Amino acid sequence: MAKKVALLQGNEACALGALYAGCSFFGGYPITPSTEVAEVMSKELPKTGGKFIQMEDEIAAMASILGASLTGAKVLTATSGPGISLKQELIGYACIAEIPCVIVNVMRGGPSTGMPTGPSQSDVMQAKWGTHGDHPAIALVPASCQEIFSETVRAFNLAEIYRMPVQILLDEINGHMRERIEFPEPGELEVIDRQQPTVSPADYKPFDDSQGDIPPLASFGSEYRYHVTGLNKAADGFPTAKPELVDAEERRQLRKIEANRADIEKNEEYLTDDAEFIVVAYGTISRSARYAVDVLRKEGIKAGLFRPITLWPFPEARMAELANQVKAIVVPEMNLGQMILEVERVTRRVCPVEGIGRVDGEPITPAQIVAKVKEVL
Amino acid sequence: MAFDYEQYLRPGKLPHIWCPGCGHGIVMKGLIRAMDTCGLEKNNTAIVSGIGCASRLPGYVDFNTLHTAHGRAAAFATGIKMAKPEMDVLVVGGDGDGVAIGGNHFIHACRRNIDMTYVLLNNYIYGMTGGQFSPCTPVGAKASTTPYGNPDPTFDIAKLAIGAGATFVARTTAFHATQIDKLIAAGLRHKGMAIIEVLDDCPTAYGRRNKFRSVIDMMKRLKEIAVPIKAAAHMTPEQLEGKVLTGILHQEERPEYCEQYQQVIASAQGD
Repeated sequence: MAKKVALLQGNEACALGALYAGCSFFGGYPITPSTEVAEVMSKELPKTGGKFIQMEDEIAAMASILGASLTGAKVLTATSGPGISLKQELIGYACIAEIPCVIVNVMRGGPSTGMPTGPSQSDVMQAKWGTHGDHPAIALVPASCQEIFSETVRAFNLAEIYRMPVQILLDEINGHMRERIEFPEPGELEVIDRQQPTVSPADYKPFDDSQGDIPPLASFGSEYRYHVTGLNKAADGFPTAKPELVDAEERRQLRKIEANRADIEKNEEYLTDDAEFIVVAYGTISRSARYAVDVLRKEGIKAGLFRPITLWPFPEARMAELANQVKAIVVPEMNLGQMILEVERVTRRVCPVEGIGRVDGEPITPAQIVAKVKEVL
Repeated sequence: MAFDYEQYLRPGKLPHIWCPGCGHGIVMKGLIRAMDTCGLEKNNTAIVSGIGCASRLPGYVDFNTLHTAHGRAAAFATGIKMAKPEMDVLVVGGDGDGVAIGGNHFIHACRRNIDMTYVLLNNYIYGMTGGQFSPCTPVGAKASTTPYGNPDPTFDIAKLAIGAGATFVARTTAFHATQIDKLIAAGLRHKGMAIIEVLDDCPTAYGRRNKFRSVIDMMKRLKEIAVPIKAAAHMTPEQLEGKVLTGILHQEERPEYCEQYQQVIASAQGD
């Protein structure tokens, strides 16, 4: 049977991907260019018996999804620009209290109000370091509407598996761009639910790591009853300031990522096997980069594309490997140099790494990338 | 027979952090009695707080408890209640937490009339950070950040809650210990947003800066300023100068938020 298809915006695909993953609660606040995610959820969630709430501000929207997640719901919020800055406080809360949630950030120009309707990729570092303190981070950067759908499903899976916030970074272009989407059948994409405790309620500790780095999270309102705090906590969830417990807890949280990179990391490569020049690009700009690679190949230049799909954790092992093979790396991004810092770090600059930055509200064109590669030849 | 508080307390989590003479313990006992009176089930109840001395209360009581970020308790609680309306949801916190940094969440929770009970312990000072003035600090009072006396006008939390749309608003003081549980119980029974303000005292951060020689002096003041709302009806404005009204100040029926949303679900599903 032919698959159901539709012409959808990236933001709409994101919302429908969330529903496919079993999202049953959305808390939001209107902000351009992310608002369509909220609009679709307000229409579709109640049809499934789920709940949509428009809160009084960005922080409250984030708070509402964390409260809902503790009852066992799969939860989503969406925002942009100043909204993601406001949400940082409680993204940190989600990290330390280890509450699964998915946050869509349709990136727009900044700082501050910036260019609300202009595209940007300037929240690369904020997605990793935005909230204070050391903490784990997962951020996905899908490029097409189809991939926005499937990566949104994966974002929910990762949030539920690793008990932490997962960010999906879109930009104004792929958030608003319309493309043909084939809807996966139910069951076609893997949907993973939160692990439930198996110990007796009396023995349950919400941060007990004796069985592994990711303790099961019981739901409020179930037979399990527990305490949650934003303070550093011991296995039982109650505050502690004991240096050895705090240290162990902080390290365990980072280990959730470091020990599971193979499961979390994702990237795509195009014509990299014999490449002498690699373009590293993500999201919308990876599409300009792919076109540029084709143009360069036609001219006999051995170019290839390395496209991170997880920006955090950055697919660093493979990136470092490729750096040893090529003569130069070009990193186009709609900011003044963010992911390039990570490329430089993981490749240890074994080859030249050149950036193309653009912050005028216009996308980086294939011609710009072609010109830059020729410049470094 | 004496009331058994221990059945609701978490073993090993006491002593609490509150200073000698602080009224928060009185309010906690009142809250426990009220929850017992109303038969709240431990597994089906969530108590949510923000940051501050009062916000440490949930850690001591044996329910689902959520100690959130500064000011955000009502917004977290809204998410819990909305996602699982069958749960009983309470918020506990102080004045700075509730109506300064959390003011926006406070008024919008009132406006929605979501079915929760919010016990606000108003000791008119930021105690945990060492005694800075709050929106509830009396004009002229000394705090660590008002060394020349407080120039800021004061919030009337009850009026704020009523104006914002809360359908049950009550006030008492830490001196009126038996009224605390009666008002909280009435709030728990009320369908909709119930605000119970308890005027409290902070001898450490407020009293010693403001010429209260002892905790007893602070308690006497709470006794003296409280006027039951029924008695106030027979008093002149002059007699009411410097007094605060206590009891159930406001109660009305209005559609509750989660029930309203059920109608949204019904419409979406084409019922």
